Amino acid sequence: MRAFLRRNPRILVGGSLVTFLVAMAVFAPWIAPYDPTLVDPQIALEPPGGAHLFGTDDLGRDVLSRVIWGARISLSVGVIAVGIGFTIGVGLGLAAGYLGGAFDLIAMRAIDALLAFPALILAISITAALGPQIQNAMIAIGVVAIPLYTRLTRGQVLSVRERDYVTAARTVGARPLRIVLRHIFPNVTNALVVQATLSIAFAILAEASLSFLGLGAQPPTPTWGGDVNYSQRWLSNLMWWMSVGPGLAIFLAVFAFNFLGDALRDALDPRLRRAA
Amino acid sequence: MGTYILRRLVLMIPVAFLVTVIVFTLVRLTPGDPVLTYAGEERDPATLDELRREYGLDQPLPVQYVSWITHALRGDLGRSLRTRQPVTEAIVERLPATLQLGLTALAISVTIGVLVGTLSALHRNSPLDLLATGFTLAGVSLPNFFLGLILILVFSLAWRFLPPGGYTALTSDPLDNLEHLILPAITLATASLAVNMRQVRSSLLEVLSQEYMRTARAKGLRERVLVVRHAMKNALIPVVTIVGLQVGAIIEGAVITEQIFFWPGVGKLVVDSIAGRDYPVVQGVVMLSAFSFMLATLVVDVLYGVLDPRISYSRKSS
Repeated sequence: MRAFLRRNPRILVGGSLVTFLVAMAVFAPWIAPYDPTLVDPQIALEPPGGAHLFGTDDLGRDVLSRVIWGARISLSVGVIAVGIGFTIGVGLGLAAGYLGGAFDLIAMRAIDALLAFPALILAISITAALGPQIQNAMIAIGVVAIPLYTRLTRGQVLSVRERDYVTAARTVGARPLRIVLRHIFPNVTNALVVQATLSIAFAILAEASLSFLGLGAQPPTPTWGGDVNYSQRWLSNLMWWMSVGPGLAIFLAVFAFNFLGDALRDALDPRLRRAA
Repeated sequence: MGTYILRRLVLMIPVAFLVTVIVFTLVRLTPGDPVLTYAGEERDPATLDELRREYGLDQPLPVQYVSWITHALRGDLGRSLRTRQPVTEAIVERLPATLQLGLTALAISVTIGVLVGTLSALHRNSPLDLLATGFTLAGVSLPNFFLGLILILVFSLAWRFLPPGGYTALTSDPLDNLEHLILPAITLATASLAVNMRQVRSSLLEVLSQEYMRTARAKGLRERVLVVRHAMKNALIPVVTIVGLQVGAIIEGAVITEQIFFWPGVGKLVVDSIAGRDYPVVQGVVMLSAFSFMLATLVVDVLYGVLDPRISYSRKSS
């Protein structure tokens, strides 16, 4: 493990950034200096510095505390949405690839239909249809992620299905489910880990966009995208800090997962390696 | 080639059908009664029922779908619940603004992407290459609404040399139109620029390492001929794919950028319509975005075969 990390220092950098963000989300109640929803008009619109490192918003809420708590929403949406897409997508891909036939045909047309929508438009439409709530944003982003996993998994299943060791397993009487889980699935895991990491970056960006449009978690819940949207009205007074704190947080989180995903791809998945 | 295109088109039919079913179902799932939105202050049950009948909302869902799809095929996407304007008209009116913004952004991202990506690959690990690589990493991670707001803050509010938003038609005042176009176009271009630059750089590096490049160099070709004639021609094929898909996704990109800059295009229309529960308009724009994306995918696949003679579509391939 240590040697692996020494050969791939980028994984260490990306991994540290991700760990930092996760720690921020998990320990938010202990590290946030103030209650993120505490309104105090006495200290409204204070610029960064002193007692409020990132300043305060128009209701006197501490921007830093809101950014720290916002990590909870962003990361949990990221992880749960990808979890949804991953579970359904991989399951569907394994089934379609292994069973083939009519099931494969129908499943893949459904996947094509999902892929026909631009990702953000689909996520917006689903969230709008189900109602602007955090759970619905998770479902919407999860659905958008399904096709990636299905295609990746199915392709891999097709390429190993006829290998000798799978035939051998079948000959000795292994049941289909066992063959799929024990003999086929392990071939895909590296590619899936890479894809899942990159999808979390996408999911965080998508959640931020949905919240920015008012379709994510509703106020006063602190969300990065929602806070950027809320505070943009103060930009015309050159009060930038309310937008910059959460905006940079989104950037950092998306960057961290993208960076880690790229590093993992180069290390784990030589087939996908780009000339670099 | 003809057979290939035909087969792709036939395969597109079930997918297109599913797309329309998804769009139809999604909009029907929306909580809240659309009739109430339209009726405004009116709460008389008889009047509301009449409105429901008028819009066909009292019919069973499959009947509503068939009626909706047959009208849609004739270009009739219904009327906006808020303004009563025909949806097709509302979209067509706003399409020029979206296309202008989207195509300008794409022109910026392709030009700079190819230029810097090429230089970056030819001068690996030079300061320019490191800067470009850093930019590609940051560019894809920067949310465009945040970038847009920062640009407004710096260039419109602090330095005051560009308007913070709004739109003038190109035909009425070209100079004013351009002034309003700059910031949203940069905002929209950034993410795709990062993707394009990275793609140009990596596929050029790959081509440069090929055997036939060594052969060409051994023949004594000048470096410029080598790069432009031999390397670029091959390296740009994957770039064409990506750019093609970016053209298909113009409406998607416009959604948030138009919102920030008050750019009156299709993207702003759909966001406003979602807030106003204006089903028919949302349906129309989502359909349009899906179909233009599907069309772009098809065109890209066909172009790929034209550009790369190694790819043959005569064999059965999926």
